[in-house]
Amino acid sequence: MLAPTLTFAFAPYRLSGTVYGVLLNHAPALQALGAAVNDAPYKAPPKAPVLYVKPRNTLAAPGSTCELPADVDALQIGANLGIVIGRTACRVAESQALEHVAGYLAVNDLSVPHESFYRPSVRLKALDGSCVIGRAVAKDRVRNPDALAITVFVDGEPVQRTDTGSRIRPLARLLADVTDFMTLSPGDIILLGTAHGAPTARAGQRFAIEIDGLGRLESMLAAAGPAHDRPMEPHA
Amino acid sequence: MKRARVAYSGAIHEATPHEQGLHLADGRVVAEEAVVWLPPFDVGTIIALGLNYADHAKELSFGKQEEPLVFLKGPGAVIGHRGQTRRPRDATFMHYECELAVIIGAPGKRIARADALAHVAGYTVANDYAIRDYLENWYRPNARVKNRDGGTVLGPWFVDAADIGATVALDLRTFVNGKQTQGGNTRDLVHSIPALIEYLSAFMTLNSGDVILTGTPEGVVNVNVGDEVVTEIDGIGRLVNTIVDDATFGR
Repeated sequence: MLAPTLTFAFAPYRLSGTVYGVLLNHAPALQALGAAVNDAPYKAPPKAPVLYVKPRNTLAAPGSTCELPADVDALQIGANLGIVIGRTACRVAESQALEHVAGYLAVNDLSVPHESFYRPSVRLKALDGSCVIGRAVAKDRVRNPDALAITVFVDGEPVQRTDTGSRIRPLARLLADVTDFMTLSPGDIILLGTAHGAPTARAGQRFAIEIDGLGRLESMLAAAGPAHDRPMEPHA
Repeated sequence: MKRARVAYSGAIHEATPHEQGLHLADGRVVAEEAVVWLPPFDVGTIIALGLNYADHAKELSFGKQEEPLVFLKGPGAVIGHRGQTRRPRDATFMHYECELAVIIGAPGKRIARADALAHVAGYTVANDYAIRDYLENWYRPNARVKNRDGGTVLGPWFVDAADIGATVALDLRTFVNGKQTQGGNTRDLVHSIPALIEYLSAFMTLNSGDVILTGTPEGVVNVNVGDEVVTEIDGIGRLVNTIVDDATFGR
């Protein structure tokens, strides 16, 4: 696993290493759950943004190889627009949210596929090397971050064509709602959310994500090393 | 050895306990109230446990857990000793959680349970607030409940692991305005510290400064604006926090 590039040529000049993801922000992804959002265990559709943390052990550079856990066949390829915070963002208004953005980068959020969004194990989202980070591009070089084409490739073939639109919370609204209770700091990254129908990759496959204007991130998946990933029994 | 990180007179200092307050590394002795207490170490990944005390789990009819209930938090939540935590005016149930915080020293992946304590640098006290009103059933416990600005209090001291030894059986308790509301002992952890380190490091590399908040025993009650909340662990420290209102934060 290669270390991501933490520095770039515009303010705030470096990433903090903090990365937040947002689940079910793509309207078709939530729609696909249908009436189930009102049933147990959810009982109601999400109100606040559904956030998760990609911890620092997950951060990796393009060209990295991510290792599959022994009991997992494939990882989901979560092509994401990463928003790089430029100025401290606390309770920002939607109309001023962009002033707090420094730039953008492509982020490939790899996760173990899971059907339940109730209380999934943290191990599904926190594997070493499961957050591939591209190079930051300054804000003024991206005309509309809410309308960027995204393509996902597996073994060189395009397997998903989507874009950064149709979000329940587009960029500015997402920053407004998140920073109502959680300050984002310069260099933090928040992801706009994976599109519905994210493809998967298996061990030995090469895959890539490409976002219009932000470049292409190539990655590899490797089979598990020595088996240590057994579910554990609680001790008495 | 106990160490704090404090801001005083224009700089950040390492400090040790002194009978008149604090002894700064540069020789000055200052009162506890004269400094701003910061989290006592550089905080990396914050790993928190839900339902990790036997009494709490039994109370909620939790049977055998296949995996520890783990969630992650961001660095913006963290504040130090004697800080303020905001209670939103629409909250009806905001509660503290007194927890032993385990700070990782030597990095590691796939750490065996028998070797786990060698990867612990030290301990501190955590008070990890939750606001139940905001609980939603998506990626529980959701960020609006558990990842709020100022909602994770750490300190006052970083206590060397060597001072605690191999058996971590420490009484912990919480006082609200001087009245005890919570009590327990870390020997009752469902998943012990070595078991948690083994479990986590199976899929994620643990790095120096990563911290595991090991969960809280039963006895959480609502706190109100103006309350002083003291979370205390024997041999580790006594962590003070005050609940303030929206107006304090210009809301």
